[in-house]
Amino acid sequence: MNVHLILFLAFGAVCVAGAVNLLAQRHPINGALSLIAVMAALAGEYLLLGAEFVAAVQVIVYAGAIMVLFVFTIMLLNAGVEERTKGSRVAILFGIPGLLLGGILLGWVVLRHSGTEAVAAGALPGDPNTIGQLLFHEFLLPFEITSVLILIAIMGAVVLASKPPTAPARKVVD
Amino acid sequence: MVPLSYYLVLSGFLFACGVAGFLIKRNIITIFMSIELMLNGVNLSFVAFAAHWHALAGQVFVFFVMVVAAAEAAVGLAIIIAVYRTRETLNVDQVNLLKL
Repeated sequence: MNVHLILFLAFGAVCVAGAVNLLAQRHPINGALSLIAVMAALAGEYLLLGAEFVAAVQVIVYAGAIMVLFVFTIMLLNAGVEERTKGSRVAILFGIPGLLLGGILLGWVVLRHSGTEAVAAGALPGDPNTIGQLLFHEFLLPFEITSVLILIAIMGAVVLASKPPTAPARKVVD
Repeated sequence: MVPLSYYLVLSGFLFACGVAGFLIKRNIITIFMSIELMLNGVNLSFVAFAAHWHALAGQVFVFFVMVVAAAEAAVGLAIIIAVYRTRETLNVDQVNLLKL
């Protein structure tokens, strides 16, 4: 057991616990907090993989901005405890075979391919300089397209969330 | 040193938890958070493969996934607010008609 593996297992345990907690909790605010724990632990995993800039952005954008948006919405709508309804038949029909299939697949991967080449810590230069060079040279067009996507998303969010215009008072016809 | 398959198993588990939450949860905000969990699971496998194949493009793709997730969160939460304003509920079982 080297330090790298121990850290991987520690962060992985937090990830798994948070993901299972998201399923177990019935109040959305508890789910949001466990999702923040998952994202913070994932940032640790990215650091282990040498992707330090991705790790920083993960904490700032995901655990910071996006989850704050979620928490604000939960509080704005005053979301209460989830109501239990009887399980949908489709979920049982596809969920249980899917769970079995996924479990078998995971077990097969672990048993068959556990001898894969180890990923070295910090093997790749994941610093902002290198990422930026790649992003603004090779991926310039996708970068510009995502800026248009963000613009459309901002306008869409404003239009959708703004109050619908109140119907103009009907003129009294005499 | 951690084998690549460990990262992929963790990534697959996170994705499976996201799918399960999407299917079994009834609160529309929790369903939305399950989608974020799925995106995070995919991001982990992107970064793990980038480190494994020494291809930095994998890390750049993570940023694009994050941008899409941010746009999706903004629009999706706006839709949730609009749905709540008209239906007064967050339970997806009660939101089963397009028309009011």
